[in-house]
Amino acid sequence: MKLHEYQAKEVLTQYGIPVPEGRVTYFPDDAWMVSMELGLPVVLKAQVLTGGRGKAGGVKIARTADEARQYAQELFGKKLVTKQTGPEGVIIRKLLVEKAADIERELYFSIIIDRTTSRPTVIASKRGGMSIEEVAEKYPEDIIKIPIDPVVGFLPYQIRRLKYDLDLMAQEKEAAKIFSALYKVFVEKDCSLLELNPLVVLKSGHLLAVDAKMDIDDNALYRRKEIAKMRDLTEADPDELEARFSGLNFIKLQGNIGCMVNGAGLAMTTMDVIKLAGGEPANFLDVGGEATPETIAKGFEIITRDPKVKAIFINIFGGIVRCDKVANGIIQALKTVKVNIPVVIRLTGMNREEGMEILKKASFKFYVANDLKEAAEMVSELAKGKSVKENTQKEEKKEK
Amino acid sequence: MAVCVYRTSRVLVQGITGKEGSYHAKACKEYGTKIVAGVTPGKGGQEVDGIPVFNTVEEAVKETHPNVSLIFVPPPFAADAILEAVGSGIKTIVCITEGIPVLDMVKVKRVIEKEGVTLIGPNCPGIITPGAAKIGIMPGHIFTRGSVGIISRSGTLLYETADQITKAGLGQSTCVGIGGDPIVGTDYIFWLKKFEEDPETEAVMMVGEIGGNAEERAAEFIKKGGITKPVFAFIAGRTAPPGRRMGHAGAIIMGKSGTAESKYKALKEAGVYTIENPGYIGETIAKVLKEKAII
Repeated sequence: MKLHEYQAKEVLTQYGIPVPEGRVTYFPDDAWMVSMELGLPVVLKAQVLTGGRGKAGGVKIARTADEARQYAQELFGKKLVTKQTGPEGVIIRKLLVEKAADIERELYFSIIIDRTTSRPTVIASKRGGMSIEEVAEKYPEDIIKIPIDPVVGFLPYQIRRLKYDLDLMAQEKEAAKIFSALYKVFVEKDCSLLELNPLVVLKSGHLLAVDAKMDIDDNALYRRKEIAKMRDLTEADPDELEARFSGLNFIKLQGNIGCMVNGAGLAMTTMDVIKLAGGEPANFLDVGGEATPETIAKGFEIITRDPKVKAIFINIFGGIVRCDKVANGIIQALKTVKVNIPVVIRLTGMNREEGMEILKKASFKFYVANDLKEAAEMVSELAKGKSVKENTQKEEKKEK
Repeated sequence: MAVCVYRTSRVLVQGITGKEGSYHAKACKEYGTKIVAGVTPGKGGQEVDGIPVFNTVEEAVKETHPNVSLIFVPPPFAADAILEAVGSGIKTIVCITEGIPVLDMVKVKRVIEKEGVTLIGPNCPGIITPGAAKIGIMPGHIFTRGSVGIISRSGTLLYETADQITKAGLGQSTCVGIGGDPIVGTDYIFWLKKFEEDPETEAVMMVGEIGGNAEERAAEFIKKGGITKPVFAFIAGRTAPPGRRMGHAGAIIMGKSGTAESKYKALKEAGVYTIENPGYIGETIAKVLKEKAII
């Protein structure tokens, strides 16, 4: 789960990490008032759950209160298209108005989980303000990586080293306090990413976290209730949200073939194989270990809601989910949800025969495929409005 | 010979009285796996399908001498369950649980590395040596004993691959699901080494997916000559949008890293037979092995 910058800064404040004075605003007039309250100049920052805001025009500096209002007027409701959002962009609904900092120099600091070493790792650089990927490309010698042993934590000697590397001798004590607090945040809030870019040295010599990015491990939200409450639902796709509340794992894509699959790997593979057969997947959907009639019905409902979808591919490999249970689920679901487009079903694995029997007895029309490539070809043809070849012997078309 | 699990493996099931645990303990037993004990705190003294249940792993170890533990404990308690098994001297642990917090796994990983424990998973289907032992949740009947070793990050994709290999007239020596989380106990390299040493295994199939760089690291290992047997690979998620978690916590493309393209490129350069259409995994392996006159 991603946090907004202002939410991340709220958390940092609780740990005594200095952030600019600021307020979240929802209307241009708020921005106008807040800018006067804070003292000018101010920075207006779009609060959207995506990176690359600055380059996309989501950050403005206002020197007068009127300017603040004017920028706010421009930004509110604007569709921000960044490198990460794709062409659909994201609507700006909130602006963080902050007192502009008097910056001497910009640093980079982040903590991530390094999948190679399986350890939290601090990444820091004297070259803040630009993306760390860019620094890695142009100045690889300026990147410091410090792996942390989870048993002993972020140790004094490691923090000391960072002070030398980042030229923070003048603010030695302050820096040590901030670095160790950041690691504490990372652990105590179950972050998967905590990034300050930039962390700045002010003209006054003090440090300030001018930007903050915080991603929380979804698996740990059960024990971070205070963080879970911060989830901003306004930016999520409504279909994806509905799916999540029903226990489904759904991601919307651009194509016209709806997919319902058990297992994340097989769901991804199903998308890939459809594409290779000349079709375009409309979604990723993992029904997971709980393929009940309700979840399957919900899956059908969400898939068929998209008018682009012309055919559905159900791909089930019975393991935890048994095929007979899924077949029953499909039959039950089709009693409550009307599906008027062709459905290709491929069932295999645990209790396949029982599952096929159930489908055969049903009064619904299915196309049954025996393996992955056959199913993908079939559904791709059907989505194009073509009829599938009758000479495929394995294929079975049931009508009643 | 097979790898890691054998007919002689003695298995303990942690979380045996739960819905999943009891169902799969029975299924493994029916397959022929020696399930010697179960553990659920507070349920000691009960039985599940004739399998004695203990309160602690220590007690179960003392009474029944298991050498593998299979874990079905819910995510908030799973890391502790793994460490409990480690603490009682069990050296092979299979953790099925999905949804364990990453920072819990960071600690677990630190301990298992130190103790020399083989942890399969978490968030995995387990491991099977067809006809000998099934320690996991996979449907046993799709596997046939044979010469191909399979290493997969995904569960259902492991089944799909095994099924295709079986249908192509080949079989599997051992199939392992290493798990879909960002931090898992074993990587491809660990299993490639095992399969290289195993006389029964003639070829290895790697089933990868987007996210992380485990496949790239495996490619490096293969390139350096770490394995002499033919290696095949499929990577799922070529059509996945970047920045989205595709079901598995570990299946996410971050910036330019973790893409299917980067993995395929590395594997190809290492001389791996990359299979880009998942509909042809079984056929391709059979064809190549025939050409090489291995089968």
